[in-house]
Amino acid sequence: MSTSARYWREIPQRYRYEGAKCKGCGEISFPPRIVCKSCGGREFDTVELAKQGKLLTHTVIRVGPSQFADQTPYAVGVAELDDGVRLTAQIADVDFDELKVGMPVKLEFRKVRDEGEAGIICYGYKFVPVR
Amino acid sequence: MRDVAVIGVGMTKWGELWEKSLRDIFVESALEAVKDAGVDRIDSMYVGCMTSGLFVGQEHLGSLLADYLGMGPIPALRVETACASGGAAFRQAVFEVGSGASDIVLAGGVEKMTDVGGDGATFALSTAADAEYEVYSGVTFPGLYAMMAVAHMNAYGTTREQLAAVSVKNHANGAKNPHAQYPFELTVDRVLNSVMIADPLTILDCSPITDGAAAAIVCPLEMAKDLTKNKPIKVLASSHATDTIALHSREDLAWLGAVAKAGELAYEQAGLSPSDMDLVEVHDCFTIAEVCTIEALGFFERGKGGASAESGETAIGGRIPVNPSGGLKSKGHPVGATGVAQIVEVTKQLRGEGDKRQVKGAKIGMTQNMGGTGGSCVVHILGAE
Repeated sequence: MSTSARYWREIPQRYRYEGAKCKGCGEISFPPRIVCKSCGGREFDTVELAKQGKLLTHTVIRVGPSQFADQTPYAVGVAELDDGVRLTAQIADVDFDELKVGMPVKLEFRKVRDEGEAGIICYGYKFVPVR
Repeated sequence: MRDVAVIGVGMTKWGELWEKSLRDIFVESALEAVKDAGVDRIDSMYVGCMTSGLFVGQEHLGSLLADYLGMGPIPALRVETACASGGAAFRQAVFEVGSGASDIVLAGGVEKMTDVGGDGATFALSTAADAEYEVYSGVTFPGLYAMMAVAHMNAYGTTREQLAAVSVKNHANGAKNPHAQYPFELTVDRVLNSVMIADPLTILDCSPITDGAAAAIVCPLEMAKDLTKNKPIKVLASSHATDTIALHSREDLAWLGAVAKAGELAYEQAGLSPSDMDLVEVHDCFTIAEVCTIEALGFFERGKGGASAESGETAIGGRIPVNPSGGLKSKGHPVGATGVAQIVEVTKQLRGEGDKRQVKGAKIGMTQNMGGTGGSCVVHILGAE
């Protein structure tokens, strides 16, 4: 369960797709890191992630957590964006038969889940096939 | 470091043990190990447990379990690195004896998983993944391993039938293990036609939810013959490596870097190579996990692990028997106990007490226990003296 403070803290990544580009080696960390994973650098510029990429892998979740009960079954995948960033998200608006490694996808802002009665409605990014 | 030996092991029947509490199942296994070793005291103990806080609302396990074992006030510490907690607890016990700080140390592992429902268990296990950047999007553990399977199939042509053969092989072994949760045989068709959990993994590609515990007792090798009548089993290597816990942060989604690293370190410590191993217990939390681990440990070339079970090479009597105990798949997977149960199995095999699943003439065996999707990995090599 997310507290509102935690949810608020993650908004720059979930709503604005903010990553951190290392001033030393240029690698983009998503989520932002304090120490660059590639070169150990400590200075970064805030950048917006590339909005398009391709699927590296995928699955269809047929037994999901209760917060996702109304969406089950749903597809999820890992994609590499055009800027090299890799991330995990649901794949929306897709026929499961269409899922394929290498499939072009774009990032879209969507509702991710409800946190239960009187809980927070959680938003964030999902992958959508580029047709 | 002093040389260290395993002198006692204990394990009880695993399963859905609704009539027993976490402390009961731990104490039963620990007492088995004490009896097996024949020792009259323990100087210190470590308990591997992933998330008793979420499964039974209980932390502070070291003190609780030392007390219920009747061993208070000895030092007792819980160790956590997700599903590799048991292997990590054993490693701490090896260090404590090796360093000279204590002589007789018990390493136990326990998880009581059926006091919560399916949703509670899914949540508790998901905490081993990246909560903010994986679980947030609705990914489950079967889902993460399914994505590793799709990556492996796509890169190397591995098939669903080949994965199912891993499950069939492990159930054939587990059917010979009296402690196994699901000691029955399966067929490839049954695995393929069971309920789909996360494509391409069916429920029979997945290890179960289990209540269980296991324990091992270690001491300095030079003291072993005075303390016990058992054949001492020497710890030849103990290694640990980490990787990103988010699967998506890895360069190759079908490769387990922490397993490869821990394996290399272990071979180096022991001065041995994969071909020297007579058997290996690996962390087959899903069928694809066994395929990836046996590649990372060097038993199969990268990308060639898919056909391992289908070809019979990993069966008891094959080139490298993998999971003679039945593995996590058939024996069960009480997450914190799994790494210690691997030590129990290899110790028994090296003593020649493997019963109907004995690997003939086994002298050297390996255990590989990992957390999450491979974000942590603990490897041990044991040898019969």
